Amino acid sequence: MKYVDEFRDPLAARALLREIAGATERLGASAERPLQIMEVCGGHTHSIFRYALKDLIPPALEFVHGPGCPVCVLPMGRVDDCVAIANEPGVIFTTFGDAMRVPGSKGSLLQARADGADVRMVYSPLDALEIAAANPSRDVVFFALGFETTMPSTAMTVLEAKRRGITNFSLFCNHITIVPTIKAILDSPGMTIDGFLGPGHVAMVSGTAPFEFIAGEYGRPLVISGFEPTDILQSLLMVLRQLEQGRAAVENQYARLVDPAGNAAGLDAITEVFELREFFEWRGLGSIDHSGVRVREAYAAYDAERRFSVPGARIADPKSCQCGEVLKGAIKPPQCKVFGTACTPQTPLGALMVSSEGACAAYYQFARREPVIPIAVVA
Amino acid sequence: MTPTPAPKDAWSGKRVSLAHGAGGRAMRELVAGLIAPAFDNGWLAPLEDQARFPYSEIPVGASLAFTTDSYVVSPLEFPGGDIGTLAVCGTVNDLAVGGAIPRWLSCGLILEEGLPFDTLRKVLHSMARSAREAGVAIVTGDTKVVERGAADGLFINTAGIGTIAAGRQTGAREVRPGDRLIINGTLGDHGVAVLAARNDMALQIPVQSDCAPLNGLIEAMFAAAPRLRWLRDCTRGGLATVANEFAAESRMPLRLEESALPVADAVRGACEMLGLDPLYLANEGKLAALVAPQDCDAVLAAMRSHPLGRRAAVVGEVLAHGHPGLVTLRSAFGGERVVDLLHGDQLPRIC
Repeated sequence: MKYVDEFRDPLAARALLREIAGATERLGASAERPLQIMEVCGGHTHSIFRYALKDLIPPALEFVHGPGCPVCVLPMGRVDDCVAIANEPGVIFTTFGDAMRVPGSKGSLLQARADGADVRMVYSPLDALEIAAANPSRDVVFFALGFETTMPSTAMTVLEAKRRGITNFSLFCNHITIVPTIKAILDSPGMTIDGFLGPGHVAMVSGTAPFEFIAGEYGRPLVISGFEPTDILQSLLMVLRQLEQGRAAVENQYARLVDPAGNAAGLDAITEVFELREFFEWRGLGSIDHSGVRVREAYAAYDAERRFSVPGARIADPKSCQCGEVLKGAIKPPQCKVFGTACTPQTPLGALMVSSEGACAAYYQFARREPVIPIAVVA
Repeated sequence: MTPTPAPKDAWSGKRVSLAHGAGGRAMRELVAGLIAPAFDNGWLAPLEDQARFPYSEIPVGASLAFTTDSYVVSPLEFPGGDIGTLAVCGTVNDLAVGGAIPRWLSCGLILEEGLPFDTLRKVLHSMARSAREAGVAIVTGDTKVVERGAADGLFINTAGIGTIAAGRQTGAREVRPGDRLIINGTLGDHGVAVLAARNDMALQIPVQSDCAPLNGLIEAMFAAAPRLRWLRDCTRGGLATVANEFAAESRMPLRLEESALPVADAVRGACEMLGLDPLYLANEGKLAALVAPQDCDAVLAAMRSHPLGRRAAVVGEVLAHGHPGLVTLRSAFGGERVVDLLHGDQLPRIC
């Protein structure tokens, strides 16, 4: 398939892997003290597992899976709020599919639907707006979540609702922004990450400027990366080259999509509709200043938090969960106390086990190994 | 599927009412006037409470195979088929993958009050056409009508009986390390066709469901290699689920080759866009077979000369060493990952 297969070319991958191996060796890394490269975005984590890139890079290199899965970092209290809104009489609650299984303290949206709430899966906020237009007597709420990647489409849907005079549509806004969270990770004690693969889709909207401080203030290389396997390998190599040359800069591997200046129309829509919250709660990471956005006063009519009374309770993560340490890259998913035992995709305790982009779900689905037992060959 | 012209008759433009399931005159008219003529055959014609077959219909030494399945697809029609084609092909295929020659089917209809008779007629004609293609007869049935809202238009249950020739034996116990995994064509066509036909998605994807009766293809495979080791149709949950079922039953490791998996470009495109994996998408005309290495070429040749097996390919192998019961996939780069069962449906990714 055109524009896809080129980026999955095994020959190109092998050439990159040879160069990666050479650079890793020259940098003097070892399996005991590996170079740690954090891929910030959950989409990267997914590709790394899907193409088994982890097994192909030298043991002296380690991917650290970052906090960039918006479904995973959603705290339980917000899921409870969703369920509360969905249970209001007359509400049609619309959501991306990924978010349906995320557990709240009283169950997920999937369970709320089974219990009678009208919860519908959509592929775009515009689909939710169409549902509102077709059901004028119902209150249609869209569960808006995601980083800068999905913010423009949500913002533009609000602008479109206003233009068309649709008044039975609102957002439950859970949009978050990745940069303050990367900063929180860089500031956390014992941080050992050597370089970053930057989130390609976020940068497509935001441009490269918001990431400059990572190189400038913290001296860590960051390469904005695409999502195909050769994209990731090439970006990895670009990070290693910077380390070899003893420099730190923001570089753009995903130039076929990412304009360094970002997407002006998207940014304008975001600024028009949203403003920064003072703080936002992240699952596993706690409250992070200026890491979320809410709907501006001028668009209050489209804000589900203002239209409905949401419980807004803060629910502590289950004590046994180590989502926070996994999100910060401090431990690998299988090192978590409950990984694969109390916490599985069937019964997720933490959201990292729920989303297909969650590091734990990816480990469980793609990399889990049972102990080797010799096979009895029947004659 | 060629579109069925809607004939003008007493049923045109009218809808199912509760009276059509009440056992009285309205129901009798429905059964005798619309349903039975569609399936027209000698076993059904007496309209008794049961179909009756003489023992002579069953070959000497043969075993009987018996299966049932219920069909609840939404929407009722999709590119390449409808609930009627599914209801016949699905049950025919469940018999055929056991090595059976499918013979007789039952048809239980659960109709929602308000269902247009034009839709019902179309579905019945699809069932009749698929039955003819598969060489089976729909010999008995039942019709119920439920109140509006109690069903989603139309549910169908079919049960089927087939005969398995003496000496045919397939199953996980027959499989040996080194056996090759063969499939008969592209993965995920049905899943994507139904997804695209749901009107909640503004996506137009040029894909037709692969819904088809596989018994003809399977007979051709048995003719080429009477000792086929294991057969399964890859329906809900796709090839990944079927591969895991085999691995779990046999406690053997199975490895798939990513570069060998046939996937239509349009299906790949839809999967890329929606974050779905074709390995887990539903098929309705695809089978997975494990065959001995020495039979592999003959089976492949037989499949490729059948219309439903033109893109047949070897896509994996039962390993002699590895993790028992584990299905893995070797990527084009040489990396290997686990292919696990999913908990429920695949849910599209957010971004």
